[in-house]
Amino acid sequence: MSNELDPHHWVKAHADYLYAYTRARISDEELARDLVQDTFLSALEKVGSFEGRSSERTWLTAILRNKIIDQYRKKSSGLLNADVQRAEEEQADFFNSDDGHWNNEPAPKHFGIDEYDPLQSKEFDHILMKCLKKLPALWMSVFTMKHLDEEQTDTICAELKLTVSNYWVIIHRAKLNLRACLQKNWI
Amino acid sequence: MGVLSKITRNCNHATLLIEKKLITTLSLRERIFLRIHLIGCDACRLYQAQTTKIGQMIKNLFNESPGVNITLDDEVKKEMQERIEEKLNKN
Repeated sequence: MSNELDPHHWVKAHADYLYAYTRARISDEELARDLVQDTFLSALEKVGSFEGRSSERTWLTAILRNKIIDQYRKKSSGLLNADVQRAEEEQADFFNSDDGHWNNEPAPKHFGIDEYDPLQSKEFDHILMKCLKKLPALWMSVFTMKHLDEEQTDTICAELKLTVSNYWVIIHRAKLNLRACLQKNWI
Repeated sequence: MGVLSKITRNCNHATLLIEKKLITTLSLRERIFLRIHLIGCDACRLYQAQTTKIGQMIKNLFNESPGVNITLDDEVKKEMQERIEEKLNKN
């Protein structure tokens, strides 16, 4: 395949791929569709900067990826952070506020996960998924960049405009909530 | 509160260090804190085992190849191409 752009065939050739790529990173169907459409339209404005060093699909995906990161970033800005507050309230009583020791009730207990081998079975993926869905969008985008795109910590921080210490706090809080949710819902 | 009990009691900080350790290398100071804390804290040792496993589960979940049957409706695609053509014609 030669590296040339052919906008007349963009949708036919790449729309499904780009849409699936987006949906793996953003669960909102409508937003995902808009981002794909938006990608094509802004790509048209950039055709002059396409140098043919990558394939058409790779080039379009890079444009899309920037748009997805913009969405993540929007979610980390102040106004939309009600979901972060809610998630933080969930763990407000996890630790004693004086010395940081586990409170009795929320402290880790033995449950089914201790005998479970995730490498052997995917039996409990649906519970994990249910618990992941409760996480704030910003926390979820950190997980997505880390596990799906396998980005390094400093890249994630730079792209989401987070400080490194903020990043550890997010990972910590997300895992605290996930573990608690799994303990509660494991059957 | 003495220095030692600040380390042995602070599960909040210990669990943060456990998460950090799963991703990166801890500083000497952090390693000492965590080692001392874990000697006496059953709950955090259990936390460490469980969160490590949860990390594996998340990784597996993201690495399953998703999206094979996530596609757009033909109608939506038609509209998308139309908007591209519209824009091409304007220029």
